[in-house]
Amino acid sequence: MKILVPVKRVLDYNVKVRVKADQSGVDLSNVKMSMNPFDEIAVEEATRLKEKGVATEIVAVSIGPAQAKDTIITALTIGADRGILIQTDVDVEPLAVAKLLKAVVEQENPDLVIMGKQAIDGDNNATGQMLSTLLGWPQATFASKVVVENGEAQVTREVDGGLQTLVVKLPAVVTTDLRLNEPRYASLPNIMKAKKKPLDMKTVADYGVDVTPRLKVVRVTEPPKRGAGVKVKDAAELVASLKSAGVL
Amino acid sequence: MAVLVIADHDGAHLRDTTHKTVTAAKALSGEVDVLVYGDGAQGVADAAAKIDGVRKVLLSQSAGLKAEIAEDVAALINGLAGGYDAVAIPASASGKNFAPRVAALLDVSLLSDVIEVVDANTFVRPIYAGNALETVQTSEAKKVLTVRTTAFRAAGEGGSAAVETVAAPAAADGTRFIGEEKVVSDRPELGAAKIVVSGGRALGSAEEFKAVIDPLADKLGAAVGASRAAVDAGYAPNDYQVGQTGKVVAPGLYIAVGISGAIQHLAGMKDSKVIVAINKDPEAPIFSIADYGLVEDYKTAIPALMGALG
Ligand SMILES: Cc1cc2nc3c(=O)[nH]c(=O)nc-3n(C[C@H](O)[C@H](O)[C@H](O)COP(=O)(O)OP(=O)(O)OC[C@H]3O[C@@H](n4cnc5c(N)ncnc54)[C@H](O)[C@@H]3O)c2cc1C
Ligand SMILES: Nc1ncnc2c1ncn2[C@@H]1O[C@H](COP(=O)(O)O)[C@@H](O)[C@H]1O
Repeated sequence: MKILVPVKRVLDYNVKVRVKADQSGVDLSNVKMSMNPFDEIAVEEATRLKEKGVATEIVAVSIGPAQAKDTIITALTIGADRGILIQTDVDVEPLAVAKLLKAVVEQENPDLVIMGKQAIDGDNNATGQMLSTLLGWPQATFASKVVVENGEAQVTREVDGGLQTLVVKLPAVVTTDLRLNEPRYASLPNIMKAKKKPLDMKTVADYGVDVTPRLKVVRVTEPPKRGAGVKVKDAAELVASLKSAGVL
Repeated sequence: MAVLVIADHDGAHLRDTTHKTVTAAKALSGEVDVLVYGDGAQGVADAAAKIDGVRKVLLSQSAGLKAEIAEDVAALINGLAGGYDAVAIPASASGKNFAPRVAALLDVSLLSDVIEVVDANTFVRPIYAGNALETVQTSEAKKVLTVRTTAFRAAGEGGSAAVETVAAPAAADGTRFIGEEKVVSDRPELGAAKIVVSGGRALGSAEEFKAVIDPLADKLGAAVGASRAAVDAGYAPNDYQVGQTGKVVAPGLYIAVGISGAIQHLAGMKDSKVIVAINKDPEAPIFSIADYGLVEDYKTAIPALMGALG
């Protein structure tokens, strides 16, 4: 069984976000970029399926600038077998990402696509569902447990109010939630090995997908700041303050 | 320009996130219809018909719709979309599950987590865990948006719309519903509560979380929330997670107990009216957004608070 894992290069989750003074976007110059955390969980899950003997090959694919090569190498370090970088400097929107991924799926014919539920830059939470729709494959989003057997995947999903379990026929698209697994740390030998694994360089034109943004970003601004509060000395003062603020 | 609002409900009760989505829809158009899907959801449809300003309510029922199978829900909405210029969906976990499918079926962008409707083509949405706000303009013929309901007031009651039945779509054949485990609680729902008490990693165990956070919540008539660290460690169910990738809440009062205040957590609660932080570390980042900070060990602070509340 072959698994495709889309991985996105994003601003590291620990880095403070700075909005550019000209309101054109978020400043990404000279800051640490990393693999989207949900995608790390996806690569880890695929790797565990391979270690269990369920999967035989893992292909990581990223759409992004030349530096997204590092993101693919991170995937190869965790356990992917080879990578595809579709290089573009356009900020590709979820629908166009889904169209590119569909084209990759049609070439690679994976049995399963595991991807993040959400990229922590745009916070869209859309691409997996869109890819599933375009492919006509079942979807199981926000997975906290995945069991693959007999051509099906049983997926426990984090939903409003608790958990839901679905069985989807393969091929299918699964998106990861935080509780699915804890990604492993990269070991030095694996980093060395990753650098030798195959990485295909592609362009958007190779897939014939129009990635021109449909949405025009008018401006990007900082959210209003909350005023500084006060420290209270004890619980009694806290209750008195809350009563006078009218919230108790 | 007509807008179809997708109702949010638990099978028996309409959630007020529906009323809030109606408010967002009204900023787009005077013609707002509400779709209720489920099974045995007639009561929910009747409740939706009473929302002020709703033109009509559509009700569609099947087992797949009750299980909120995304393929089924999206097929239903896609079948109705011809009559509308926009579809507005509450940004719940369920809404986020099917909304992108609707957009893909219509070959349009998804406008996710809209917090402001500037005009019929211009929307504001948070990005980067709410650390930036993006104003986007679309020229697409149809708009599909998920609405961050904490940013909108609830539409009032007083309507008397007619309820029409709509045929359910054929069930998706690639997906089987196996079951669900829902947290049952007498407390208010996290998204709707006026007061939320959240616990973090400091609580140290599920037993301690229950023994400390639950009684305080019960005394205040509050809902219970948690940080990711508390959920990951199994102190609280997944559904309690507040934050960038969990629930977004904006109650009148939010009390964070033993939570450090990582940006991913703040993303889910910083629009609360009044924020209280109880943390023994005076340097904890949560204090930078708290209206009232109490630097104290929760082990002494919470019993004292229970006492002071009487
Ligand atoms: C992709 C991604 C998504 C995420 N999404 C979310 C999300 O949606 N929601 C979320 O919450 N987090 C999220 N996180 C995690 C987030 O970054 C933090 O790790 C998490 O919020 C920390 O939880 P915490 O504050 O409970 O734990 P900690 O950061 O460990 O803080 C515990 C706090 O308790 C205090 N404390 C300890 N003992 C006591 C005591 N006895 N009395 C009083 N105070 C005490 C400490 O001083 C400390 O400040 C996400 C992270 C990533 C990478
Ligand atoms: N540029 C990209 N390259 C590869 N994968 C992507 C890209 N954008 C989004 N994805 C995948 O889609 C998931 C959801 O992203 P989003 O819909 O943007 O929140 C991510 O976690 C990735 O797995």
